[in-house]
Amino acid sequence: MSYAIRAEGLVRRFGETTALAGVDLGVRAGTVFGLLGPNGAGKTTAVRVLATLLRPDAGTATVAGYDVFRQAHQVRQVIGLTGQYASVDETLTGTENLLLIGRLLGYSRGDARARARQLLAEFHLSDAADRAAKTYSGGMRRRLDLAASLVGRPRVLFLDEPTTGLDPRSRTELWGIVRDLVGSGVTVLLTTQYLEEADQLADEIAVIDHGRVIAQGTSEELKAKVGGQALVVRPADPGDLAMVVGVLREVAGAEPELNQHTATVPVSGGDVLPAVVRRLEDADVTIAELALRGASLDEVFLSLTGHRAEDGTELAEVPA
Amino acid sequence: MTTISAPAPVPTRRVSPLVGIRHTMTLAWRSLVQIKHNPMELLDLSIQPLMFVLLFTYVFGGAIADSPTDYLRFMLPGIMVQNALFATMTTGFGLNTDLTKGVFDRLRSLPIARWAPLAGRILADTVKQAWSIALLLGIGMVLGFRIGTGPLGVLGAFALLLAFSLAAAWISVLVGVLVSEPDKVQIFGFMVIFPLTFTSNVFVPTESMPGWLQAWVKVNPVSTLADALRGLLVSGPESGPIVTSLLWGLGIAVVFAPLAVRAVMRRV
Ligand SMILES: Nc1ncnc2c1ncn2[C@@H]1O[C@H](COP(=O)(O)OP(=O)(O)OP(=O)(O)O)[C@@H](O)[C@H]1O
Ligand SMILES: [Mg+2]
Repeated sequence: MSYAIRAEGLVRRFGETTALAGVDLGVRAGTVFGLLGPNGAGKTTAVRVLATLLRPDAGTATVAGYDVFRQAHQVRQVIGLTGQYASVDETLTGTENLLLIGRLLGYSRGDARARARQLLAEFHLSDAADRAAKTYSGGMRRRLDLAASLVGRPRVLFLDEPTTGLDPRSRTELWGIVRDLVGSGVTVLLTTQYLEEADQLADEIAVIDHGRVIAQGTSEELKAKVGGQALVVRPADPGDLAMVVGVLREVAGAEPELNQHTATVPVSGGDVLPAVVRRLEDADVTIAELALRGASLDEVFLSLTGHRAEDGTELAEVPA
Repeated sequence: MTTISAPAPVPTRRVSPLVGIRHTMTLAWRSLVQIKHNPMELLDLSIQPLMFVLLFTYVFGGAIADSPTDYLRFMLPGIMVQNALFATMTTGFGLNTDLTKGVFDRLRSLPIARWAPLAGRILADTVKQAWSIALLLGIGMVLGFRIGTGPLGVLGAFALLLAFSLAAAWISVLVGVLVSEPDKVQIFGFMVIFPLTFTSNVFVPTESMPGWLQAWVKVNPVSTLADALRGLLVSGPESGPIVTSLLWGLGIAVVFAPLAVRAVMRRV
């Protein structure tokens, strides 16, 4: 099995902050690899190191077999990068932005123009092709940015939070584009804060927190790792929810999570379910719904990091 | 796993200087093509000096010199220096915009010459600089400025001013890399260039100032450069101020170019 991206022991500090604290990654050619982590986890730093933009303080990495430091120029010839924030020249039109990249990549004027036209059409930007990018909506800008990273037909594509700020339709559309690219043999490394995105797209996921990979595997493997299951209870009378929570806490030995009408608690042994049913019966609580289901990636994340994926606030204060 | 279907060209190992120059031209095109969409930018470059020319010529001109036209003939070369210095801030402004908007990262992720993004920007800004010098000179002539030398003098004036701006652009690059947002480059420009150009012989003759100020005005490179341009455009070239101006430019470049390049390397 050949790796399109390999990293070993990447360390990068910014003053007091350790953005990467020894990251190892292996991305097989032709797959999508999801780097999942909360704000400040080190995702962007990892991407910047792998895309030759940032030197690590320690560790080694190769992309398509080329060393990212010693052979940076070769690496740049095989990669495409879409950074976390759309990096288009706002004063140029969509066409000009893509022409610029094409020309810099050595395309003739005609080829660069043809490639620009083709990409603009593919990304539904043909109508806006001759408008300055500063008049684009956030979603259009993101699409132009992605188009720009594809001008050179990269073999390895880095996408740093590609769908942040996109509406659900654009997000689904972008997922489709990524799948097509992978279908044509491109290797994709994408970072995301959205568990669903990693679940949907990634063949393999690395969960990163405080600059460290804390778990790695397919989404199924990760879910299994956490031990699997959650018990969901919905009482017929929402007023009984407090009682349900009390019972779940006691029987499962974990703090249940409250949603609007349901309480969910992770369970491991098989004896929890009957015990819960018995206790609720004793307490005269009518159960509208009771289900045992596999852990969501959300719960995986919670159990691995001790905090929710979207909840970066708690991290901001903690010097890594 | 899937095989890689796109026929991948074998990567080259480095960029030849010739190809680097082509990258530079492409990037300069990028900075200039926006003028096509926003032709007003060409005037923007010269609005402020134009206001200065009009204001000083007609408001102060009569009081400072015998007549507004006399004053214009004295002041225009100096205003050209002031304008050129302000124009160098475009380089830092644009560079900072690229850095903060991530465009610089995108360019650095491409297999192009490392120096091309900076060189392309400076090349484009030099073209803009030449344009704004020409515009100011043209407007001055409409208002009554007369060239007392010849085409060679004018050419010399252009060359000297462009050379000096090229050197001063390194200060602009350094500032552009160090500040956090583009507007701060402008603020820096105003804070430094206004005092620098007003404590020179651009607007009033040195002799009219108090002695302590005269000492500074005489060593101020803006005065030297203004004198050199007056020679080249009006009274016949004098080697003294020209050589001193060139030495100033050389000194600025020698100090600031390495600092700026190092700052760029460190920032990214
Ligand atoms: N240029 C820099 N200077 C100083 N600190 C930095 C710099 N870049 C990143 N950091 C710090 O390194 C840590 C990791 O940052 P990074 O941008 O890699 O996180 P991230 O996972 O991409 O977060 P987000 O989801 O918010 O984009 C953070 O604590 C951040 O403040
Ligand atoms: Mg990030």
